[in-house]
Amino acid sequence: MKFLDYAPAPESQALLDLKSDYGLFINGDFTAGRGTPFATINPATEQRIAMIATANEADVDAAVSAARHAYDGVWSRLSGSDRGKYLFRIARLVQERARELAVAETLDNGKPIKESRDVDIPLVAAWFFYYAGWADKLDHAGVGPNPASLGVAAQVIPWNFPLMMLAWKIAPALAAGNTVVLKPAETTSLTALLFAEILQQADLPAGVVNIITGDGRTGHTLVNHPGVNKVAFTGSTSVGRAIARSVAGTDKKLSLELGGKGANIVFDDAPIDQAVEGIVRGIFFNQGHVCCAGSRLLVQESIHDDVIDRLKRRMQTLRLGDPLDKNTDIGAINSAEQLARIRELSDRGQQEGAERWSADCEIPANGFWFAPTIFTNVATSHRIARDEIFGPVLSVLSFRTPAEAIAKANNTPYGLSAGIWSDKGSRILAVADKLRAGVIWANTFNQFDPSSPFGGYKESGYGREGGRHGLAAYLKPAVRSGARSISAAADHTTTPVSKKSAPAQKAAK
Amino acid sequence: MTSSPLATYQPDQRALALIGGEATDANLRRYLHGIPGIDAVGLEARAADLGTRSIKTSSKRWAIDTIIGLIDLTTLEGADTPGKVRSLVAKALVPDAGDPGCPRVAAVCVYGDMVGSAVAALGSAHAAGGTEGVNVAAVATAFPSGRASLAVKLADVRDAVTAGADEIDMVIDRGAFLAGRFGQVYDEIVAVKEAGRRADGTLAHLKVILETGELNTYDNVRRASWLAILAGGDFIKTSTGKVAPAATLPVTLSMLEVVRDWHRLTGVRIGVKPAGGIRTSKDAIKYLVTVAETVGEEWLSPHLFRFGASSLLNDVLQQRQKMTTGHYSGPDYVTID
Repeated sequence: MKFLDYAPAPESQALLDLKSDYGLFINGDFTAGRGTPFATINPATEQRIAMIATANEADVDAAVSAARHAYDGVWSRLSGSDRGKYLFRIARLVQERARELAVAETLDNGKPIKESRDVDIPLVAAWFFYYAGWADKLDHAGVGPNPASLGVAAQVIPWNFPLMMLAWKIAPALAAGNTVVLKPAETTSLTALLFAEILQQADLPAGVVNIITGDGRTGHTLVNHPGVNKVAFTGSTSVGRAIARSVAGTDKKLSLELGGKGANIVFDDAPIDQAVEGIVRGIFFNQGHVCCAGSRLLVQESIHDDVIDRLKRRMQTLRLGDPLDKNTDIGAINSAEQLARIRELSDRGQQEGAERWSADCEIPANGFWFAPTIFTNVATSHRIARDEIFGPVLSVLSFRTPAEAIAKANNTPYGLSAGIWSDKGSRILAVADKLRAGVIWANTFNQFDPSSPFGGYKESGYGREGGRHGLAAYLKPAVRSGARSISAAADHTTTPVSKKSAPAQKAAK
Repeated sequence: MTSSPLATYQPDQRALALIGGEATDANLRRYLHGIPGIDAVGLEARAADLGTRSIKTSSKRWAIDTIIGLIDLTTLEGADTPGKVRSLVAKALVPDAGDPGCPRVAAVCVYGDMVGSAVAALGSAHAAGGTEGVNVAAVATAFPSGRASLAVKLADVRDAVTAGADEIDMVIDRGAFLAGRFGQVYDEIVAVKEAGRRADGTLAHLKVILETGELNTYDNVRRASWLAILAGGDFIKTSTGKVAPAATLPVTLSMLEVVRDWHRLTGVRIGVKPAGGIRTSKDAIKYLVTVAETVGEEWLSPHLFRFGASSLLNDVLQQRQKMTTGHYSGPDYVTID
C-alpha cells in the first residue's frame, strides 16, 4: 500500500441533530418566514441539508422592531458586567458544542473539518470571551467617558467564515450595548441558526439578537430599514458600494469589510521553507475564500525559481476531497456560482498569457471543486493580478528591490492585507511602514486574534473589527440629551443567571 | 535531480565543489551562513499541523509494522552487561513472543564494549549491513559528551568496528561547533568515517549525532546538519538521549528538510534518525507522517530512517495487539526486553 493514501478518517456526524426546516429567529423564537423557503446544500455532495426560510419585508420589519423593543426595554438598561455575563455564557456554550458546530460548518460551507475544528470555532469562542471582558470597561474603549451604544445594528455577513463572521459582528455589538438583526449569507445559514439555539440555551433576553435568512433582497431590505442605527457589512466590494450609497444621507453608522488582493512579499533572505508554508496558508487556506488572502505572491527575482519549485512540491502534498475527512487540506468551493467565477478568471489569466499550473489531484465526481492553482509570469496589468478571485488561485509576480516590492504591493485598488517574509527585522519594519494595508503579517500569514484590529484601506472598506478599535464601530462618544448612557444603567440589578441555563455555568476549560 | 554531476562525486570532492574551496572555518562559515534561516514559530506550526494527521485502520496497521522495522532498539547504560545485551537481542529478533509474524527491528544499539556480545547473541541473524536480520550499531567517539582527544575517539570507533559493529553512531564536538570551529567538526567527521573502514575496505555506516538539545537554535541544527552531510555522514541523528530535550518533531522536520534539499542538490539520499523521547505509537506515527510528507514515502525504509528508542517498541506492540484482538492488553502482555 501507499502510506500517503491515508485511510479515510471521517469526522462523525452523529453529534449533529439537524431539523429538516429552519425558520427565522425573531424575538427569541423560531418563526416561519413569509418568503419562499430555499434549500441549503452541502457543496461537497450537492445534497440538500435543510430548508431555510426567507424573510420578506414584513419579517425584516418584525425583526427590527423586536431588536428595538429589546434595546429600549432590556439590553440598554443592563449593566456592562451583566451584558458580559451573557457573552461569557455564549462563549462557553460555543466551546461545549464546538464539535457539533464544526461539523455543521463543514457540511454547509465545504471547508475542511480541520479548519472548522481548529480555527473557525475556537476563534468564535475567543471572540465572545474577548468582548465579554470589554462589556464593563467601555470607558477605556477610546471614545471618551460614558460612551453610548448606537441602538439596533443591522449586520450582513458572508459565506466564507459563516460562524466566525457572525461572532466578529455580534460579540462587539452586544458588548457595547446594541441589539442586533443579523442576516447570514444565503448559502451558509445553518450555523447561524444553530447559534440561535445557543442563544436560547443561554437565556439571552428575547429580541437582543435576531437572525433572519434569505438572499440579497432580504439583506437589502434590512440595511435600508429606517429603524436601524448601524449597518455592518462584510462581503464583496460591489455590494459594499451599493450599501454605502443607500446609507448615505441617513444617520446610520456604517462599517464595511470588503474585498482584497493581498500581497505576500518574499525577500531573498526569507526563511524559505516557512515562507512556502506561509504562501500555502495565505492562498489555499479555506480554498482561498478569504478576503485577506495572500493572492498575489511577490517574490524577489533572485529566488523566484527556487521558491516556485518548492511551492509546487509542497502543493503536491495538499489533499483535496471530503471536507469531513480529518486529513483533508482543501475542501469544496462553496457554490456553483463561485466556482464559475473562479473558472472564468483563471481562464482569463491563461488567455492573457500567464502560465498556469495546478496540483495534480483527483476531483470528486459531485460537488464544486477547484484544484490548487498558481499562475507564473503574471504581469501587474493582468486581470488575475488585479481582481479578487476568492478561490485557490495564486498569481506570482517578481520584484528586484524593496522599493519595487512596495510599489507593486500598493498598486491595487484594495488594501486589506499583506505579508512580509525576511530574516531581517529592520527591513520588515521599514517595508511594513510603507504598505497601505490594514493588516500586515511578518513571517506568517492569515493569523487572527480577537485582540487585533482587522480592516482595510481604499476599496477594502472602512472601520475596524476586533480589538479595542472594533468597539468604536458600535459606540458613540457624546452622550446627547435623551440618549442612554451605558454606565448610567449600571445600577440595574437584572442578572442573567437562571435555572434554565444551569449547564452554562460549568466552567469552560 | 539525479542527473546532478554531484551525485557521482566522492563525498570530499562534493564538499569541495559545494563549499568552493578547502573545508576551512571561513569557507564553511560562508557556506553554512548562506543557507536560508528558519523561522522557529513557522517551523513549529508546520510540525504541529503534520501532527494532526489522523492515521486510522489499514494505514495505522501499516504504520505500526513499519515503525517496528525502523527501530534501533537501544540500551546505553553504565550498568549494561553481556546478559542484558543478550536479552535485548532476543527481543530485537522476536519482539512479540505471541506473534511470530511480528517484524524484527532494524538494529540494536549498544556501547562499543558490548558489540561482541551483541554480535554473538545475534549469530546467524546478524544482518552485517544487509537487509536480512538485525544490524549492530555502536555509539562511539566518547559518547555522549565527545570530550576526548581525537586519537581516543578514533580508537573507540576502530574497536567497535573490529568487534563487528555495522553502524557507528558518533557525536559531533558541540563545543567546537558553537565556537565556530566548523573546520574541526568537519575534519573529525571525515576522520571518524575513515576509522570505520574494515579490513575488506568497506566502511561502517556512519550516523552523526548533532545533539540538538545543546545546539539550542533551529538555525544551528540546520547548519550542523549540512556540515555533517558535507563531511560524509550517511545519517544525521538528533540526540544521544542523554541531554534534554532530545528528539522533537520540529527538530526532526528541520533535519528532514535538509535531507530533502541535499537530495535535490546532489541526488544523494541521506538518512535521519530521531533518538530519545519518542515513547508512544502515536508520537512515532507523527514522525512517519512528517517523513512521508517532507521527503517522501521512499524514506520510510531502514536505510533512510530510524527511531532511536527503547520503550517505544513495547507501546507499539501493545497497539499492534490491540489492532489484532480488538482490545487493549497490558504491560504484562509484552516482554520487558
